[in-house]
Amino acid sequence: MSSHRPRHVPPKVWAAVALVAAALALLPFVAALAGQAWVRILNFAMIYTMLALGLNIVVGFAGLLDLGYIAFYAVGAYVYALLASPHFGIHLPFWMILPLGAGLACIFGVLLGAPTLKLRGDYLAIVTLGFGEIIRIFLNNLNAPVNISNGPQGINLIDPFRIGSLSLARPEVILGVQFSGPQKYYYLLLLLTIGVIVVNIRLQNSRLGRAWEAIREDEVAAKAMGINTRNVKLLAFAMGASFGGIAGAIFSATQQFVSPESFGLFESVIVLSMVVLGGMGNIPGVILGAIMLTMLPEVLRYTMEPLQLALFGRVLLDAETVRLLVFGLALVAIMLYRPAGLWPSAVRKRELETPKAAPG
Amino acid sequence: MSALSLLVAKGISKRFGGVHALSEVTFTINHGEIYGLIGPNGAGKTSLFNVLTGIYAADGGNFIFDGEPLDRVKPNEVAERGIARTFQNIRLFQNLSALENVMIGRHVRTKAGVFGAMFRDKATRAEEAAIEKRSYELLGYVGVAKRANDLAKHLAYGDQRRLEIARALATEPKLLALDEPAAGMNATETQALKRLLQEIRRDGITILLIEHDMKLVMSVCDRVLVLDYGRKIAEGSAAEVQKDPKVIAAYLGGEVSLELKG
Repeated sequence: MSSHRPRHVPPKVWAAVALVAAALALLPFVAALAGQAWVRILNFAMIYTMLALGLNIVVGFAGLLDLGYIAFYAVGAYVYALLASPHFGIHLPFWMILPLGAGLACIFGVLLGAPTLKLRGDYLAIVTLGFGEIIRIFLNNLNAPVNISNGPQGINLIDPFRIGSLSLARPEVILGVQFSGPQKYYYLLLLLTIGVIVVNIRLQNSRLGRAWEAIREDEVAAKAMGINTRNVKLLAFAMGASFGGIAGAIFSATQQFVSPESFGLFESVIVLSMVVLGGMGNIPGVILGAIMLTMLPEVLRYTMEPLQLALFGRVLLDAETVRLLVFGLALVAIMLYRPAGLWPSAVRKRELETPKAAPG
Repeated sequence: MSALSLLVAKGISKRFGGVHALSEVTFTINHGEIYGLIGPNGAGKTSLFNVLTGIYAADGGNFIFDGEPLDRVKPNEVAERGIARTFQNIRLFQNLSALENVMIGRHVRTKAGVFGAMFRDKATRAEEAAIEKRSYELLGYVGVAKRANDLAKHLAYGDQRRLEIARALATEPKLLALDEPAAGMNATETQALKRLLQEIRRDGITILLIEHDMKLVMSVCDRVLVLDYGRKIAEGSAAEVQKDPKVIAAYLGGEVSLELKG
């Protein structure tokens, strides 16, 4: 029983938590030393962490291969863009749109899930891939006869997050410390990301999480154990999609601009790579995967030219080209040497005194 | 149908293309008995299990379980109604721990949903603790408590079979349907299994047992049903069935039995 576990947390753990918290709090200022661009990259890493954790519910926990996940990100992004921009002249506050975006993405998740319940593996991947493309193409073309999405031009001048008079987009001095826009977003994103991580951990260690894993392991046996696989699968799609929706809304607000271009197949593949490379089904692994795959291309962007200069004395290959090459090679190497992901899941140990034989 | 009977099967038929896997099979299982289901390979034993547990739809006939018809129900509803099964080719959740396997068996008798999982309210925490406790008890009951935190796939074969039984028991079944639980077990393990089956029966659970180990069937079953080519060829106590010439013919081949007679 969980009540047998020590409720008392040792001081060492508190010290570690305080240290990590301090490091996370100072991180945007350290990153800012290298330029505000790096703070933005940190923010993207967190948006992608949320996305990857959402996809991890579908792919990692329930074992349903979803190649169109980015569609839910698009739904969240466009909900925010339409409800907080001059496009329709509606300017709702973010705390109202965020649940709306998550809710609508959730509905789309169920809409995608319902017709694909009987599909698995490759077949499911193809249907979800189609779904992802449908959403993107719709957004591209929904500018006529009624202009809803503003087509390929996208939606501009989207409101940033605002809490009262405090806008997260403008630099500001708070308590004598200069905060830039991205730095303020960093803290909001940090809170949301921690929230998403906590929810994910709780979902995994719950009755529902176990049902997802049962379906992943053996759907026939799961059914024979009385799991309503239809409902449980739909819940996986719905939960995964809502996290995508939240991430999309934040993306919209931080960029202040969205267009269908941001939601192509390549984005779906990248998010899926984060899940797979990090360690499918393992939350710390997926977070690591998301951070690595966001940071690596950026690190390569800034290091490839100096590296070539140092090695060959001149720039042989343009940084953009060589960066993608190295990125691809890194992915291949990880899959070859860590086929279960960088941080694969381990057995979750449960501690309990072993009771004697029980009455049936 | 009497108050004694837990499961009544009437004229169950199942065809696969031109093959009659089951033809009008009729039988009754009483409360609290261990009911054996035997027959040569391909006789239709597992097909009968699959029809009973909703994996296949029957082409004819119907089941009455615990006084209520069991028509067109999905496998998960069958489990909810109180029939739990194991599989001939073990189907555990391989990459989950033994304990988690049994905890999943508790799914159908518990109810925490998304919000319970997210907010971990008092009721959900209590339910989780109860699930964990009960699952540990069941692991102890079948004798694999020591392996609670090992992945199911790392368990020895006999332990996997017993874990499957624990997982099925976790659903609180009225009828436990076991598909060849002794397959691949050595003599000692089979003896332990026999004791386990008797204990489960003592605790009030009716057992439907498919088994090829005749010694086990004959020593543990109250009554036995014999299938051959999808037809019921005999039913009765173990001793009666053993002497039945049709059963001998089915197992040893028709011509041999003719020679024996002649």
